[in-house]
Amino acid sequence: MHYDTVIIGAGMSGLSAGVRLAYFEKNVCILERHTTVGGLNSFYRLRKRNYDVGLHAVTNYAEPGSKGGPLSKLLRQLRMKWEDFDLRPQLHSSIAFPDCTLRFTNDFAYFLEQVAMAFPRQIDGFKRLVRTIADHDALNLDQRQTTSARHVVSEHISDPLLIDMLFCPLMFYGSATPHDMDFSQFVIMFKSIFHEGFGRPFDGIRLILKKLVRHFKALGGHLKLRAGVSEIVQRNGKANAVVLDDGTEITADNVLSSAGAAETMRLVDPSRPMIKPKAGDITFVESISVLDCEPASLGHNETIVFYNDADSFHYERPNEPVDLRSGIICSPNNFDYSRPLEDGRMRITALAEPDYWINLPEDEYQQRKMEWNDRIIESALKHVPDFRSHVVDTDVFSPRTIRRFTGHLNGCVYGAPEKFADGQTPVRNLYLCGTDQGFLGIVGAMLSGITIANRYLLK
Amino acid sequence: MTGVEIRQAVLEILERIAPDEDLSNLDDAIAFRDQMELDSMDFLDIVMELRKGYRVQIPEEDYHNLNSMQSTVEYLTPKLKDVPVAG
Repeated sequence: MHYDTVIIGAGMSGLSAGVRLAYFEKNVCILERHTTVGGLNSFYRLRKRNYDVGLHAVTNYAEPGSKGGPLSKLLRQLRMKWEDFDLRPQLHSSIAFPDCTLRFTNDFAYFLEQVAMAFPRQIDGFKRLVRTIADHDALNLDQRQTTSARHVVSEHISDPLLIDMLFCPLMFYGSATPHDMDFSQFVIMFKSIFHEGFGRPFDGIRLILKKLVRHFKALGGHLKLRAGVSEIVQRNGKANAVVLDDGTEITADNVLSSAGAAETMRLVDPSRPMIKPKAGDITFVESISVLDCEPASLGHNETIVFYNDADSFHYERPNEPVDLRSGIICSPNNFDYSRPLEDGRMRITALAEPDYWINLPEDEYQQRKMEWNDRIIESALKHVPDFRSHVVDTDVFSPRTIRRFTGHLNGCVYGAPEKFADGQTPVRNLYLCGTDQGFLGIVGAMLSGITIANRYLLK
Repeated sequence: MTGVEIRQAVLEILERIAPDEDLSNLDDAIAFRDQMELDSMDFLDIVMELRKGYRVQIPEEDYHNLNSMQSTVEYLTPKLKDVPVAG
């Protein structure tokens, strides 16, 4: 079979691109190496319980029916309904640093008050920063130049504590680069977290993925699971086929890859890559505790806590297996649902050293995961009530898990430090979408697939 | 298709692209953009929906003809006069 486009990867970006192409009557096939869809944002069942991977919350929250924001754009482009995503808003979240906590909700005015209260001398600068952010066109695909976000922010804000507190959630939820991020990425993250905020479907990420798959197939799209791509075939500098792990060749006019920039170029020529984009190495370990009660019954009502216990915030590949100084605590129970979730959950995520986790021998791996799980929870107890006596099940994922399910070298979560905003590669008819194109988060990933499909594949 | 039928077809396209918009008071003489939230992505979708539904090709230099309902219907009338109403 010959396709107009084959898409590598059935994650959020690949599925969204697929929906667009199938809707406009393109012959399209999505190839996924794994037995299930989702990639970086997927789901699984373990010991009779449902788990989400990746997703703490969907950013870019908007009230159903609202117009103009990324979420409404996305739904329009996919011809999907607000109910399809069933997003329920967060309760409230916080950024907790030594001696200072800033709370935020999905109402930006509340965050502004919090900053004014905690940093009265910085508030004018903060408001100037907010205006700079509003005026910045972060979605300009032809913007190739990167600007240091720390530099821009320090032009408006002088207190290093406030700077670190602003960067902490934005980096944790989307920075592929250590210490600093590109200002456009900062703007995307700032709007998606502080202006728009968090939401979550009651049924978790599987709801969105299942709706996307159903929609894609109903439009005539083909989805092949257990169909890993081992090679992208190019003739005369033009991609025109892919070879699957089992040797099958599938020809196509275009190839859209969500596998990552470095990972994709390896598929073009494993021996002599034409360009060698650097693979990222920012990655995480996550401890997932299943509780016999709602976190709220222990006095914990916050949706997400971004914490840092060190004097300054260090966002970088740690020297130790896990950086215990900072992390993210997410309670998927603490969204505004109409009924309680099946069980209580506490997810704690912290920066991890990829090589340590990837190279551990299998027998030692399980044991180390459990050891570090205990240490991560212990370090988070400064910020949440001690829930340990309520834990009925535990799961942990590490960079090794992420590498296995996403194919990302180093098990990196946010992809390569250098992004390819226009989605182009040195090979004609081969395009990138997803993490390494550079739109972030779940809504960002979906917009990435849509944007690249619109720009090159719907002509 | 007649002008009335074309207007109805465009209205249905707008409903598909922007289901959150109330189109009952749409003023045909005023630009779409001035009475509904329509960005460039939505605008391109009008062009693509017309191509999909009615096999009409609209070159980029003609896009300005699609600013309002009135100008869209005027522009499409000769192009769609022999095209049957889509199901």
